[in-house]
Amino acid sequence: MTTRREFLQAAGVAATLGVVPWPACAAADWKRLLILVELKGGNDGLNTVVPFANAAYARLRPRIGMARDAVLQLDAGTGLHPSLAPLMPLWQGEELAVVQSVGYPQPNLSHFRSIEIWDTASKSDQYLREGWLARAFAAEAPPRRFVADGVVIGAADLGPLTGARAVAMTGPDQFQRLARLAQAHEALQATSGRSVNPALQHLLAIEGDVASAAVRISAAPVLRTAFPAGAFGDAVKSACEVAGGGRGVAALRLSLSGFDTHHNQSNTHANLLRQLAEGLVALRAGLTELGRWNDTLVMTYAEFGRRPRENQSGGTDHGTAAPHFVLGGCVRGGLYGEVPKLDRLDGNGNLPFSIDYRSLYATVLEKWWGVSANAVLGGKFAAMDWVRG
Amino acid sequence: MFRPLLAGLAGSLAFVSIAIAAPMGLDDARHLLNRTGFGAPPRQVAEFARFSREQAVDRLLASARTTPVAPPPSLDYIRPNRLKDLSEEDKKAFLRAEFEKGAELRAWWLQEMLQSPSPLTERMTLFWHNHFVSSQQKVKAQRLMVEQNLLLRRYALGNFGELLHAVSKDPAMLIYLDNANSRRGQPNENFAREVMELFTLGEGHYGEQDIKEAARAFTGWSFEPETGDFRWRPMIHDAEPKSVLGQRGNFDGDDVLDILLQQPAAAEFIVGKLWREFVSPTPEAGEVKRIAVTFRDSRYELRPVLRALLLSPAFWARENRGVLVKSPVDLVVGSLRTLEVPVPDALPLAFAVRNLGQDLFAPPNVKGWPGGEAWINSTTLLGRKQFVERLLRNDDFVTPPVRADGIGMSYEEGVQKNRMRVKELREEFGKGAGRLDGDARLRMVRALDGLRFDSRRWLAQFPDDAAVARALLAVPAVDPPAAGTQGIALVRALALDPAYQLR
Repeated sequence: MTTRREFLQAAGVAATLGVVPWPACAAADWKRLLILVELKGGNDGLNTVVPFANAAYARLRPRIGMARDAVLQLDAGTGLHPSLAPLMPLWQGEELAVVQSVGYPQPNLSHFRSIEIWDTASKSDQYLREGWLARAFAAEAPPRRFVADGVVIGAADLGPLTGARAVAMTGPDQFQRLARLAQAHEALQATSGRSVNPALQHLLAIEGDVASAAVRISAAPVLRTAFPAGAFGDAVKSACEVAGGGRGVAALRLSLSGFDTHHNQSNTHANLLRQLAEGLVALRAGLTELGRWNDTLVMTYAEFGRRPRENQSGGTDHGTAAPHFVLGGCVRGGLYGEVPKLDRLDGNGNLPFSIDYRSLYATVLEKWWGVSANAVLGGKFAAMDWVRG
Repeated sequence: MFRPLLAGLAGSLAFVSIAIAAPMGLDDARHLLNRTGFGAPPRQVAEFARFSREQAVDRLLASARTTPVAPPPSLDYIRPNRLKDLSEEDKKAFLRAEFEKGAELRAWWLQEMLQSPSPLTERMTLFWHNHFVSSQQKVKAQRLMVEQNLLLRRYALGNFGELLHAVSKDPAMLIYLDNANSRRGQPNENFAREVMELFTLGEGHYGEQDIKEAARAFTGWSFEPETGDFRWRPMIHDAEPKSVLGQRGNFDGDDVLDILLQQPAAAEFIVGKLWREFVSPTPEAGEVKRIAVTFRDSRYELRPVLRALLLSPAFWARENRGVLVKSPVDLVVGSLRTLEVPVPDALPLAFAVRNLGQDLFAPPNVKGWPGGEAWINSTTLLGRKQFVERLLRNDDFVTPPVRADGIGMSYEEGVQKNRMRVKELREEFGKGAGRLDGDARLRMVRALDGLRFDSRRWLAQFPDDAAVARALLAVPAVDPPAAGTQGIALVRALALDPAYQLR
């Protein structure tokens, strides 16, 4: 696979102009797709984006630390886990942004509670029921003709799409097959003196979403791209099939599970990162084949990172701030945020954050889709600079 | 001035007491049996229709059990960290065996729900399982989960105070909420927090300091890893004075539980939860308070509380019919009981309810299954309809199981057919079902084949279509079947209506 840079160099463009023209990045609107990739369990950020030159890193991780000559260098002090090698062409093509030290104040170390915080864009002591994307779509709705506002591939739990016009599926063909069981019904009318049964109303709303998605979803397009074997590869394939279907969708969510590496993490983590990298590269290839790479933004997220000091079992316990990846044809690649401050660990031995996760969401809302963010996020969070055009 | 008021009051009280004393009729009988059990066969509904509400409720409470009809699978206790000693090969085999044992355990409980002469007992056992949560995912030893299940059933309709004391020392609970290793000087707060927040009082009725102090009192309640039995460890118990909820003393765990039971909030908390289980998603504050008084006055006996709830006006009110969403267990077990489908082997049901979001013995977290509308999302709704449709298909919906032995068909054909079954199984019953090995898979397929609904015999019990609809649905169908729809098509149309998802 050639990077954009190599292609343009081969075409002689870069050499003559001394400038590398970027693809025309579409205006911010609903033509643009967001694909969220959840790293379930809490990815060990410190071994993913490695501060290999920091002596504290080696001290904190005598057994499981990544060796200096094993990492893929991004700059003088930061390198990627070797399993992420498939992503290097994207890094070189400046399509991969690495946002470091993403977290939030008063971090919660419970899987259940912390992912709820990320999904609902709440404060640490605030309990919200709707996903942040549901709030965004309620404020400004994507086109009605879309299959749904959001589609979750794989898991049944809607996460950030909770409360939105969204459906979960393993893939469009399977969904079409099952969804024939769903029917749209007339909305319930309150009869005199009696309020409408809320449970029944909920049922009708859900069935309505499924029926409307079933009508709008097309058969999966046939793709030439080869997708990796395994659950994540299947999910990536389904994501491409949904993205390539005619009617459109605003957001997709995929999950990769297994990141809660409390024991003997080295092989497990390497394996997971390999699946992630191969999956993301296949996702790029599939979307490129569909002509959608330049209007898609892919972003990872997780409930938390992991503790800098390794534990007694060759693994790591629950942590706080962690790096996340943003990729796309119209993403401005590079390193963002601050390197992990291993000398400023909190009372639990955990890292401080430098970028509030809601800044990532603000960037998606304001710069990617061109919708307003403050009401959705319950406050002003500075949008970042990794969206081109 | 008061006379007309009193007359009116007497009149309405008389009306209410007449309602309680008169034969309740089919609709009320269906409502009572579906709310207290899992569905109900038409002949049982007809039987109860002749009773008054009071008679029916008393009958249900009198027939409550404390033991299961069928004994649970006999499981050896396996100590924690057993896996550490095993090779990779042995580890795989061990985990596979555990997986199959887990399926057997779930199948046993589902069969109990299907067969028990007191479904109310099983509903209450499940209610307590979702209240005093422990999960096999963390506890691991299946034997301990069985013991806890038997304990919950023993006290299910007994005394809440005794239940609280007993389950707090239950080994599965000690492991699940980390009390087994809680020791003087390093008390673990998990159990102390959850016993107040989730088991007795609810948030707002205690402070962080109460939790810290209570945690000290619970130290010493541990278990013996070699046998799985409860073990009192005085050496790690903190016997110093503690202050909990305004009282001070050298409290031990039992003392703290008694202090919690003294709080007025406890009775109201439990009654509120029972309301959401039996009556509606929105408890009426006045009624909860009234019934909580009964609870406290009876010193936490559960039967009087259930009696008060099930005879309350709110339970029978028209606006509270069909306002509860069926849980996966309600849907699966309830459908089979109502439609009188014999179930010789409940193994597929274990996977079915798990696939719909209710993995028995493994609630998702210490708060349990949230229930209500949370049971319904786009995936589970389709799964629920798919289950119903499978049950009500006209023809032989499954390719008969094959032994790929070359007899009757070629070996290749047999393998191909079985490969399709795995895919079918995985799609309809979740990833777990696809993991079953040869014999277990064959058993699963055979068990599925065995679930046959005899539509003709079942429908013969009803005088007309309206009666069929009233038997199946708690509220009128959203899309009533077209006139002339008959036989199994009628049943299918009603069971696929959104109203069927409610009880």
